[in-house]
Amino acid sequence: MSADHPSDPSRRGALQCLAFGGAGTLFVLAGGVLAPLDLAVAAAGRSASAGSGVPLFLQISDTHIGFNKEANPDVAGTLKQTIELVNAMPAKPALTIHTGDITHLSKPEEFDHAAQLMSGLNITELHTTPGEHDVTDGPGTEYFNRFGQASDNKGYYSFDHQGVHFIALVNVMHFKPNGLGGLGDDQLAWLEADLKGRSSSTPIVVFAHMPMWTIYQPWGWGTGDADQAFSHLRRFGSVTVLNGHIHQIVSKVEGNITFHTARSTAYPQPTAGNGAGPMPLKVPSDQLPKMLGVTGVKFVRHPLALSLTDTTLA
Amino acid sequence: MSRINFGRSLGAPLAFGALFALGVLIAVSTADNAAAQAQSPNTVVIKNFMFMPMAVVVKAGTTVTWKNLDGEPHTVVNDSGLFRSTALDENDTYKFKFEKPGVYKVFCGIHPNMKETITVQ
Repeated sequence: MSADHPSDPSRRGALQCLAFGGAGTLFVLAGGVLAPLDLAVAAAGRSASAGSGVPLFLQISDTHIGFNKEANPDVAGTLKQTIELVNAMPAKPALTIHTGDITHLSKPEEFDHAAQLMSGLNITELHTTPGEHDVTDGPGTEYFNRFGQASDNKGYYSFDHQGVHFIALVNVMHFKPNGLGGLGDDQLAWLEADLKGRSSSTPIVVFAHMPMWTIYQPWGWGTGDADQAFSHLRRFGSVTVLNGHIHQIVSKVEGNITFHTARSTAYPQPTAGNGAGPMPLKVPSDQLPKMLGVTGVKFVRHPLALSLTDTTLA
Repeated sequence: MSRINFGRSLGAPLAFGALFALGVLIAVSTADNAAAQAQSPNTVVIKNFMFMPMAVVVKAGTTVTWKNLDGEPHTVVNDSGLFRSTALDENDTYKFKFEKPGVYKVFCGIHPNMKETITVQ
């Protein structure tokens, strides 16, 4: 973007930059391994890195509709720019996953605004899991009124798409005493039953809001009982675990399990332990677009793998 | 640090609260020295992802007020489900009246590593 407007300090220029910075991640399932696809690259038609594989789904996270502080006074604008970027992609996946913090304060009008913005996305099938910002009013309220149907108001559910088994988990309603997220016994029992009898060659995608491995315990960046979930998941040949929550990309590969956190479309957060807490990070406006984004996943059959691509707005 | 923030942000109401607390303190001290020692203001500020003070002691019937001074929202949630605030944006407040003596554990539902204890005598 800066090449087009090298010295244009106007709001329009800034918004165009934001557009490229705020994109999500498109996941490409390549040979069973998910790969994030660079959306800016995809949108520009320079899809060499993502050339082989079927676009499987888009992950969008931490849209925080309702946030209006200085770290990004226009979160609706950056989400819109993200959606435009996705809509401009030559090959679009069939579904979008939102990994939570759809809203900032769980207010009905924030959910309404988010739904209105998300309706601009050309990918019509949307799957969600709540972030802690979406359920500040407790269980069974605004989030569940809108998205509870898929799970009989439990929040966690599974479905199949193009041979991949998707599992939505909720780790923001049973916090551990040390501040880590938690799944709880009921959900773990459900997960065990859901996976029982499935072939280990089925590619699995697990998505939840908070990281499913401990990135930084003092800030609660982890899930206290995730190990019990992985005891049921380890036998599978391809497991991709996607989260949001920390507004930056951190990833890890452990055996057949790939862990990946997505960027926010709203505002960045500090790296682990850098500052008083995980609060919105104010960065120079020309840096913001580089710190917002989405993740894409592509499915590549030979060898069976999923590949992930992260895309920023700039 | 917390005392300075207290004074600046809450001003007169806090000063009044402090005087009131002092009155209580004197009244109680005649009856029970140990309890009096632990009396504290009935206002909690939330700043830099912390409840301040982290331990509050009040008498039964006291209304405690929480005020969020962070740009990030916080909630005030009792771990046994007695009370739960909505998400408090910057400068929002929440009040709860403690009727019964006991030890009430409180955390932020958005950042559950933020904790405090309210002791009601």
